[in-house]
Amino acid sequence: MSTIEERVKKIIVEQLGVKEEEVKPEASFENDLGADSLDIVELVMALEEEFETEIPDEEAEKIRTVEAAIEYVKNHSND
Amino acid sequence: MPSVIAGTGHYLPAQRLTNTMLEQRVDTSHDWIVERTGIHERRIAEPTENAVTMGVAAARQALQSANIKADDLDLIIVATTSGERAFPSVACEIQAALTENTMPAFDVAAACSGFIFALSVADQYIRNGMYEKVLVIGTDVLSRLCHPDDRNTLVLFGDGAGAVVLEASDRAGIMSTHLNSAGEFADLLGVNHLSRHSPEQLGEAWMYMKGNEVFKVAVSKLSELVVDTLAANNMQAADLDWLVPHQANLRIIKATAKKLKMPMEQVITTLEYTGNTSAASVPIALDVAIRDGRIQRGQKLLLEAFGGGFAWGSALIDY
Repeated sequence: MSTIEERVKKIIVEQLGVKEEEVKPEASFENDLGADSLDIVELVMALEEEFETEIPDEEAEKIRTVEAAIEYVKNHSND
Repeated sequence: MPSVIAGTGHYLPAQRLTNTMLEQRVDTSHDWIVERTGIHERRIAEPTENAVTMGVAAARQALQSANIKADDLDLIIVATTSGERAFPSVACEIQAALTENTMPAFDVAAACSGFIFALSVADQYIRNGMYEKVLVIGTDVLSRLCHPDDRNTLVLFGDGAGAVVLEASDRAGIMSTHLNSAGEFADLLGVNHLSRHSPEQLGEAWMYMKGNEVFKVAVSKLSELVVDTLAANNMQAADLDWLVPHQANLRIIKATAKKLKMPMEQVITTLEYTGNTSAASVPIALDVAIRDGRIQRGQKLLLEAFGGGFAWGSALIDY
């Protein structure tokens, strides 16, 4: 069973089409991983689907780095 | 009796508005627009053109391809949200240009999904046996509803019209239609009417759009919709020949195609050169692909659209 961290990273790799080693905790989706605002919306949707949770828009706006995504899921997932 | 598509037509204004031309007007760039929307240029109606004149042009082409005279139509339904008058309807004005007969003619307002809604209404009348020949038009000039300085909406919308003639038949051409609305999302996308009693609010009568939020709901609702549409017909995505989506944004179209695991080669797009023509977009895409020979008789088509309301819908068609 993969950890939450591994699952989040896998989704980021798939959604943004980046290499696994680029997905460092401090990496910013926009500045480091080449995502635009619609990529981030799709990424948030993929996280919602994987972890069966609803991420409200005001929370989603704060998810701008790999670390923030992992932290959000750890605090809100039912897994 | 079920209905079949007897003919199709479309009209696009001659005037082109390219991304480079938009760069001169507002703070934007060709690359930014293409990456986020897939749109390279759109067509803009001349001052002498409007939803009626464009709708008439598309209708004449559809009637000709169906080999049906306007005088013989039983019903005219027009999907539009950009007519010049509150009433009479755009449909009545189009009727006056096409025929002196007095078949019913009315508008359907469901924004970008208007054509799918109108097609569904037309199909129901034919199934009930009330009418046999129905003209369905989608026509919009949404470029006129965008604030001239609003780069968020200006880059998206173009003008145009598309039309379909439905006819009663022994075989089910329109296999099923599926409609949904969710008025709770009214504040994310819309255009206010001019407020006649408070002229100081005139400046607010432009289109408003919260793009990222619309995008999110559109992608998730369309993904559900296309899966449900196939399931209702006991079909798999592999049974489809073509996806004919509303031309709002290439990223939304790609997400829907991905959900169906359909390659983009099986998806009809015109938005590269039309932009989002609102209610006209699905019938324009349909007619373009029929005329260039991609869509053939006997093929299975999935039409879908999502827009202001929110309102979204689909039609599964055995062309």
